[in-house]
Amino acid sequence: MKKYIYITLASLVFITTATVSCSDEFVDRPVEYSIDAENYFNSKSDYEQALIGAYDLLHSSFINVLMGEIASDNTFAGGNGPNDVPGYQSVDDMIHNPVNAQLKQLWDWMFAGVQRANYILEFKDKTDFDGKNQIIAQARFLRAYYHFELVKWFGGIPMNGDKRFSTGDEKSIPRSTAAEVYASIEADLLYASQNLSPAAAEKGRATSGAALALLGKAYLYQGKYAQAATTLETLIATRNYRLVTTADLTPAQITAGLTPFGSIFEEAGENGPESVFEIQYTDTQGGSYDGLQAIEGNVAVGFSGPFGYEGPVFADGNNFNLPTPKIVNAFEAGDLRKEVTILDMATWIPANPGTSYTKQNEDTGFFNRKYIPRKRRTEAAGDVKLTSPNNYRAIRYADVLLMAAEAHNKTGNDAKAQQYLNQVRDRAFGDINHRITATGSALNDFILTERRMELVGEGHRFFDLVRTGKAASEIPGFTAGKNELFPIPLEEIQFAAGNWAQNPKY
Amino acid sequence: MKLTKLFIFCFLSVLFSVYGQAQDLTIKGKVVDENGLPIPGASILIKGTTKATSSDLDGNYQFKADTNGTLVFSFVGYGTAQEAIKGRTIIDVKLNPESQSLKEVVVIGYGSQKKREVTGAVSVVDSKALDILKPIRIEQALQGTVSGVNVTTTSGSPGAKLDIRIRGIATNGNAEPLTIIDGYIGELGLLNPNDIETLTVLKDAQAAIYGSAAANGVILVTTKTGKKNSKGKLTFNTYTGFQETSKTLSTLNATQYAALLNESYANGGRALPYPVLSSTLGKGTDWQNEVFNKGVPIISHDLTFSGGSDKITYAVSGSHLDQEGIIGGDKSDFLRNTARVSLNADVSDRLKLKSNVIYTYFNRRTLLENGNASVLLNAVNSPSVIAPYDNAGNFSQFPGGSLGNEIINPLAQINNTYNSYNFKQISGNFGLDYKLLKDFVISSNLGFKSANSESKSFSPIVEYGSGKVFNIPRSSVNQNTVNDNNYSFDLFGTYTKTIANDHKVTAMIGNTIFKEYGNGLGGAGYDVPNNSWDFADIVLARGIPPVGSNPSSSYIYDERRLSYFTRVQYDYKGKYLLSGMYRRDSSTKFGPGNKVGYFPSVTGGWVISDESFFGESKIINFMKLRGSYGLVGNDKIPNNGYISQLTGEAEYVFDGLITQGRAIGQIPNPNLKWEQGRKIDVGLDVNLLNNKINIVADYFIDTREDLLIEKIPVSGIFGGAAPGSSNPTINAGEVRNEGVEFAINYKNQFSDNFSLNLGYNITLLKNNVTQINGADFIEGGAFGIGQLAPSRMQVGHAMGYFYGLKTNGLYQNQADIDAQPFQNGVAAQAGDIRYVDQNGDGTITLEKDRTDIGDPIPEATMGFNVQMNYKGFDFSMYTFASLGNDMVRNFESIADNANRLTYVLDRWTGEGTSNSVPRVTTGANTNRLFSDYFVEDASYLRIQNMQLGYSLKPDMIQKAGISKLRLYVAANNLYTFTKYKGYDPGASNGKPIGGGIDDGFYPIPRTYMLGLNINF
Repeated sequence: MKKYIYITLASLVFITTATVSCSDEFVDRPVEYSIDAENYFNSKSDYEQALIGAYDLLHSSFINVLMGEIASDNTFAGGNGPNDVPGYQSVDDMIHNPVNAQLKQLWDWMFAGVQRANYILEFKDKTDFDGKNQIIAQARFLRAYYHFELVKWFGGIPMNGDKRFSTGDEKSIPRSTAAEVYASIEADLLYASQNLSPAAAEKGRATSGAALALLGKAYLYQGKYAQAATTLETLIATRNYRLVTTADLTPAQITAGLTPFGSIFEEAGENGPESVFEIQYTDTQGGSYDGLQAIEGNVAVGFSGPFGYEGPVFADGNNFNLPTPKIVNAFEAGDLRKEVTILDMATWIPANPGTSYTKQNEDTGFFNRKYIPRKRRTEAAGDVKLTSPNNYRAIRYADVLLMAAEAHNKTGNDAKAQQYLNQVRDRAFGDINHRITATGSALNDFILTERRMELVGEGHRFFDLVRTGKAASEIPGFTAGKNELFPIPLEEIQFAAGNWAQNPKY
Repeated sequence: MKLTKLFIFCFLSVLFSVYGQAQDLTIKGKVVDENGLPIPGASILIKGTTKATSSDLDGNYQFKADTNGTLVFSFVGYGTAQEAIKGRTIIDVKLNPESQSLKEVVVIGYGSQKKREVTGAVSVVDSKALDILKPIRIEQALQGTVSGVNVTTTSGSPGAKLDIRIRGIATNGNAEPLTIIDGYIGELGLLNPNDIETLTVLKDAQAAIYGSAAANGVILVTTKTGKKNSKGKLTFNTYTGFQETSKTLSTLNATQYAALLNESYANGGRALPYPVLSSTLGKGTDWQNEVFNKGVPIISHDLTFSGGSDKITYAVSGSHLDQEGIIGGDKSDFLRNTARVSLNADVSDRLKLKSNVIYTYFNRRTLLENGNASVLLNAVNSPSVIAPYDNAGNFSQFPGGSLGNEIINPLAQINNTYNSYNFKQISGNFGLDYKLLKDFVISSNLGFKSANSESKSFSPIVEYGSGKVFNIPRSSVNQNTVNDNNYSFDLFGTYTKTIANDHKVTAMIGNTIFKEYGNGLGGAGYDVPNNSWDFADIVLARGIPPVGSNPSSSYIYDERRLSYFTRVQYDYKGKYLLSGMYRRDSSTKFGPGNKVGYFPSVTGGWVISDESFFGESKIINFMKLRGSYGLVGNDKIPNNGYISQLTGEAEYVFDGLITQGRAIGQIPNPNLKWEQGRKIDVGLDVNLLNNKINIVADYFIDTREDLLIEKIPVSGIFGGAAPGSSNPTINAGEVRNEGVEFAINYKNQFSDNFSLNLGYNITLLKNNVTQINGADFIEGGAFGIGQLAPSRMQVGHAMGYFYGLKTNGLYQNQADIDAQPFQNGVAAQAGDIRYVDQNGDGTITLEKDRTDIGDPIPEATMGFNVQMNYKGFDFSMYTFASLGNDMVRNFESIADNANRLTYVLDRWTGEGTSNSVPRVTTGANTNRLFSDYFVEDASYLRIQNMQLGYSLKPDMIQKAGISKLRLYVAANNLYTFTKYKGYDPGASNGKPIGGGIDDGFYPIPRTYMLGLNINF
């Protein structure tokens, strides 16, 4: 009997030994063919690769442009019906509330951009190499770009310095004030403007000029006119940028009746002499509606196109973002920009027999010609309504001139203000007979009007109206003291569990 | 020899009551089974002696015995019979199968137990039920047959997956139970149902022996083996069936459609689309009729050859199943072939070998299903005014605009769908039991699986109409191959000892390693020659990939689990039963510090009917009280959730070309840890009236702590919305399932000609979330377009309950509107839905007025089953009912010109016309907000199977060498009683948060079958 017990015990020991030999090391296996994000940034190329990730979210900023324009008095939401993308419809009617899928997307995508920029900045000291400050400066430019979008839309937002947000931060890190966000933007852009090279190594890279322009814009939004004037003046003085003129046109373009202003928005005009910062899109990669953030094309363009369009030059779209009669009628006689800015079907169809489109919701017969789809090449990847290759001219030199004019006017330098304003007007009318000679606040009004007409369809109008206090008088349904900011998405308020207050009156 | 398909219970032969003198007689006789077929190799023993013999191949025996002795007849798998000789010289005996008896052996994981000694909540489905139910996938056989188990379809398409939930929804990750096939982890759905002897469902803490994998319950599958000392037997089963849809939705015909559209346009202030309602519109196209086929074939054959000598048993089987889809014919089909070899050998008195190897092959083709892009929903939403074909005979192209960019001609869609999926797997196990000592057995078991699959899909150049999202300007072909492998190795020792006759101890200790690993490789080719499936392969599709894109991809994985476990079972006189288990697991799914989990459990039982005070009750034959308590775990989450990997998408355009970079993929959660289930069960087993009535009742509480939720929505500040990124897996909270199961079975053999078996089971379940870690609630699911998440997990509510606005009829007039709270957003008009101002602040907002408007978890599920035999005829019916499960109608298109279900004919058209179905309008309105208007009671009762068979009398067919021949007709999913408007009230996407939302489930087919069982 004892013998049996010994044998039993001995075999138990054997089993245990046999199994302990594989022990817990068995489950300590490496993850094959995987790069651990926390052990990255070991070479220059690691930083460069991560930087592309930070740029990627610029593509998603199409929604800022599209919804920003719809929010303004420039366009109607449109779509196939009054219930098509309710998020856009309610913003158009200024009845939006914290439940808005599109505002939530904007919030998510811009914060994703911040997070990816901060991923690089969190590890900025890990590995040294030549040209590192170029990379850090680009990352800081991008963070500032995303922060600026967020502060424009939502006001003060949570920030976490050079660190990524991690779980729990939504309940502990408060919303910074708008001033604090702007301070961060200024610091980033000062650094970027001092460290970036003036010429982009590749088309699409942020430059010192882009940083200065955005910095000037940030100052202007805060009413820091003196700093805005100085900053923008520095940029203008570099002479790296100029307005597109007839000399920039090819003979073919001239034959086709293209104006210098019109050429900017055609494919050949991308990354031209007037382009200070331009978001780069392509039609080579496909995409679908359930993954808009992953699309490398300009989604806003397809959304803005005439529905069921058949005919020359342009292509089919989703009938959103329709210019209002108000903006169409706002063009002065002789303004060459009107043709370029507004596609008027009432004249276009008779001029191009066989052309047709299907009228949809809120049809005005007008389309946002700068950013509607052009005739698509057959190689374009599907869904072609989402993959328009049209770059978004985020900061044009004309915008810089008008911002500089505004800043100079506000700081008493009306001569400079007139000079810059009239540069823009000269091109707009193709002559020198439409120059403005007014001064003071009258000049300010002219400058703001010019901004409106120059930048129709480019997503700036709503925010210009807000910062100049004119939104309530121009935008139907706009409630002063409320609609200056958009609501923090309800989901985010819920995640924060009381940490973030909702914007006033939402 | 256990070929009983239908005849389960018979009575023993009538006893003679003749006394005789004690003297040696030569006794002859025949041992037969319940069907009267000979049992070869049955043992015949003279009681109280070692004198024995066995029956020959024809079941005959002969030997000498004392006239006053008693003979004991026995055979593996059958009950014993005792016959007092009493001077007789010819004693024929019929043995009854013992599968339903208390002596039946139940597998419990790393061992087995007699049923009477089982202390856990265990249910068994045997091959007889499987034979009747004719499941295409084995999971279907658990619905309605086992209490506490609910099986839902994700789709009725051929080869589609089924979800099994044991005792409610507890986890949010993968809630599938663990399947163990002959001791080895496997996949239930891939088995040939005819290879299965029993399915054993472990529902409570008894499953803790499987520790980390057992929280969702365990299904133990025992495959068929040959019987010792039986001659080779050949079984052939076949059926041919015809399928059709079990439901079509009632949609508007062309005339109704045009009139309704006019009304909605008029209400929206737009020009009428049909200014003149032409009488020629008629009924138009019935699109569902166009896409659903009738008489769609299904064919099944299977063949088993089994037998055994006194040392070796074997079973060899093969099966073939070919099913076409009720939509799209061979564009949506399933073909499965399986082959299996089982060989068990007693190598010596000490060493036993077990082996089972299964080969599975299947092909599947699919159409787009479940969602607004599916063929079926296109059929539902397609306007009946459009003809399927244009004048030239081509598929008609659909307009865009008010019909949206998504709705396309479903027939064209079927025609342009090309894909194939081919799967091959070999899996099995080899086991050795070595009896080291009289009381001590060492067992080892090696299980393995090696699977590979190839898939291909071809996207031809196609134009469905201007601006449609499914238009494809450039053809491409995508091909993928996947290798999935795993192996496990168990080593354990079992010590069994009976001390002082009454104390029986079984102790087991061992360990298991499990590793699953594999890889996938995929690629795409562009510009397929001739735009044709016949040329669709990367080798021919030589077009240059889009600049900046990478058409190839790959992945690799390697996940492991290491486990130690022990179990001690003790019983005193078989009356007091006790067992304890302990398991330690470590898993690669969790990070350092969180890898290890410990899972203890105890079970106990008391056979009350064995107590002397109980006496010899006439009514109660057996009564056992049992209970269990224990912890089990769950690690079924996506791999590497605890580390941050650069798997995100980073693409930007520089110099006009897409440039690739790197970005973080899923947001990591370094604190991921085991999800832990705490299971309590108290049960009572009672047999009444000569064991004719059998009752099993259980009360259980199943609490799941730290439950793992995949891709849980978190704040956007973490960047989870970036391309290629996703939200983290987290340990989210605690949910509790409390319930009662009750099963009663009645069986009686009224005469040699008539027997009846009735079964009823019911499960009452209450699901309640009891804790959320670090949040007030967790949201999930999707409803409509751009709407807030409709489902929530929140303390005090059922898991995944629906969170939306409550309605209170419709606004009947302007005064009505003025008297009601202000509706934020679009102003209400008469005929619109009136929402309830939950917080009473005078304004209807989504922020503050949403509330609990139902949940998808049934309050009760039940099964009722009947089996009857009369002479050669057999009849059976299986039904299942689910009560109190809600379903969200999310399959109706939002496009203005889409077709609608006919319930809109009862819409509001003026004051007092309706208080439930809102007006139709193309104008802006708030009627589509997620509210209880879209939540329906999807309770249902389904006749799952009805069957009538006839077996030819054995003596008629024996001359042909046939021992059994049965013909039958059967119908599966014969009818479903429900008020639910969608296709299938029993369907679910299986998601714990976001389940019960019907995006347009592919209905299960109704199948009529004609079949044949033949045994040689």
